[in-house]
Amino acid sequence: MVREVAENPPPAATAPDSYTVEQLVAINPYNPELLPELEKLVNEQVNSKTYNLDANLCLLRLYQFEPERMSTVIIARILVKALMAMPAPDFSLCLFLIPESVQMEEEFKTLIVLSHLLETAQFRQFWDEAAKNRHLLEVIPGFQQAIQSYAIHVLSLTYQKLPRTVLAEAVNIEGVALDKFIEHHVANSGWVLDKGHSKDQLIILPPTEFNHPELKKNAADNISLEHITKILPILG
Amino acid sequence: MATVAPPLDNNHRPSSSSAAYDPTFVPDAVKTFVVHLYRHIRDNNVYEIHQMYDTSFHTLTDRLFKDTPWPSVDAVSIYVDNDHVFCLLYKEMWFRHLFARGSVGLKERIESWDNYCELFGVVLLGNVNIQLPNQWLWDMVDEFVYQFQSFCQFRAKLKGRSEHEIALLREFDKDFIENAAMQILKAWNVYGVLNFLQALVDKSMIIEILEREKQGLEQFTATDGYDYNGGSNVMKVLGYFSMVGLLRGHCLLGDYQTGLKCLRPIDNSQQGVYTSVIGSHIATIYHYGFANLMLRRYGDAIWEFNKILLYIFKTKQYHQKSAQYEQILKKNEQMYALLAICLSLCPQVKLVEETVNAQLREKYGEKMSRMQRYDDEAFALYDELFSYACPKFITPSAPDYDEPLVNYNQDTYRLQLKLFLYEVKQQQLLVGVRTFLKVFSSISLAKLAAYIEVDESTLRTILMTYKHKTHAADARGKIISNADIDFYIDDDIVHVVESKPSKRYGDYFLRQIVKMEGVINDLDAIKLD
Repeated sequence: MVREVAENPPPAATAPDSYTVEQLVAINPYNPELLPELEKLVNEQVNSKTYNLDANLCLLRLYQFEPERMSTVIIARILVKALMAMPAPDFSLCLFLIPESVQMEEEFKTLIVLSHLLETAQFRQFWDEAAKNRHLLEVIPGFQQAIQSYAIHVLSLTYQKLPRTVLAEAVNIEGVALDKFIEHHVANSGWVLDKGHSKDQLIILPPTEFNHPELKKNAADNISLEHITKILPILG
Repeated sequence: MATVAPPLDNNHRPSSSSAAYDPTFVPDAVKTFVVHLYRHIRDNNVYEIHQMYDTSFHTLTDRLFKDTPWPSVDAVSIYVDNDHVFCLLYKEMWFRHLFARGSVGLKERIESWDNYCELFGVVLLGNVNIQLPNQWLWDMVDEFVYQFQSFCQFRAKLKGRSEHEIALLREFDKDFIENAAMQILKAWNVYGVLNFLQALVDKSMIIEILEREKQGLEQFTATDGYDYNGGSNVMKVLGYFSMVGLLRGHCLLGDYQTGLKCLRPIDNSQQGVYTSVIGSHIATIYHYGFANLMLRRYGDAIWEFNKILLYIFKTKQYHQKSAQYEQILKKNEQMYALLAICLSLCPQVKLVEETVNAQLREKYGEKMSRMQRYDDEAFALYDELFSYACPKFITPSAPDYDEPLVNYNQDTYRLQLKLFLYEVKQQQLLVGVRTFLKVFSSISLAKLAAYIEVDESTLRTILMTYKHKTHAADARGKIISNADIDFYIDDDIVHVVESKPSKRYGDYFLRQIVKMEGVINDLDAIKLD
């Protein structure tokens, strides 16, 4: 059954070579020719410690449209990068687009377990599991720092004063290295060491509206200028 | 009245269900209908066009075409000067009626696609200089996405098909066109569908128009999209509605982030052209809310669902006679189910208006209290509500015809459901904690751990999970708390903080001021004799 070509085909993107992949995605993401470029971009993100969720979602969509072109290696890389973006829900967003049959493969099952451990703040179990799967994770530069950053984020939401042992478990650092780590954050992130406590070293985390409720501004009642302009003619 | 034998399609079956259908026969009522509609379109009489499109068409359908298709476009074209654009519009309505009536075969689906290609092609070339009612333009985009969804499900349903049918489908998909650019011309190919919608958005420059409007340099929303300068509203408004079409399309594929991105030029916290047609208003908010639910932005979803459900409650009586009434009611029920899910995962009842809350209690009050127990029964309820209310997800790729014949059309749905329930289960850990936080103003970790029957280390992880799950990142990446009960830990003591309900006074006063002004204007307009 041969189809006749319609007179007016929808315009497909034919971008000049000078456009970057990101620009191409912005112009027309529904272009199967983008696939190899987007795969290259994933590898670039890994090597240069950058991250582009929109481009990665675009690639996962193209894999969805043409499953025979799917690369599980690339997908694994996208998922690890998404893990590193926590607390953003990027990992789930990617999973929504990956067929169930593919998610059954070993490496993906592992990544899903790791994501679950991070989502439920089980940091000790996470680092144990991560250690067993170095081959998956350590090929992605910056992985450890990204997860430590997420751990600190969650700790900062929860604690005003944080025992050293809890911190150690969350960021998987001990001993002298942990001292250096804490020093770094005292110098740069507003952490303060509580010297008075004898039992265990306490770290005082910077106050935010999340761990200091009295700081919570009642932002709900702010009215934007746009809304005010609507009633100015009435008031005037 | 001579009955001609019904035309046969390639399979040598009658192409319509009724043996008496004669596509060349044009009843007088239809003759009058097309002649008048054509004239109104030529005269740019949008009001009359709307009357005929929204009312007369359905009246005639009910009276004459309950079981058969409308007369073929070839039969009516002589009454309308064979006008190319009118014929394309008529054909679009013709197919829409066919799809609404019942089961549609592969041949009709391909023909309908061809018609859309031509119709959108003409629009994109800028050759359409008429004005059409927004209702019609919305229906075109809505139907386009619907037929795409319908096609994907049609193609993926392999079980129970005859060998002959499978062969046809296989043949259709085998016709793989090498050149990627040509691939998008294949009927209902996902690339083609998305590219058409994107092309309408781009060519109409609707995003730039909306931007300029914000700066006061252009009028669009103020005129409801209509052009009072002698131009046409068709491309602009089709472009506008295509953004909603893209949101819907992406939700059907499971890509919520991109769907919301496509909608961003439209500010859904305010009125706009999308609210000028109730179908578009509901479709926009339904998909916006659902996407936010999947992105765990429960607060945003609750806020929007609340607004639309209140709106429907107040206005549905005016749509009782409309052909879309049933759809409105269906979406209303689905959104209550989604609201029940959101509120169970994120108890923020203060975001919900009284009327809506009352309706919600009535429909789902009992189920919601069971859902918040997070036991097996609760998960079954989450499953039930999600399955009832979710969009009809699709698999965009061709099925594997060599695999044992199964239905593929449930794959995407099953995946979305599975991942959603996974997220729900992660919240199971928080149930015990929440109950106790409501009771104590401060409590030591040791004591709390004893109450919940876990060790202290586990308790710490549970408390951190609670914080993580109740502090989602909004659209701009800012962390926002949607916790009703909050706390902080000082070494080993948990201090509970009750969040005070913040009444949105500003919002309330703004609305009342505008309303009051409206009332005063109405009073001024009344002439007393």
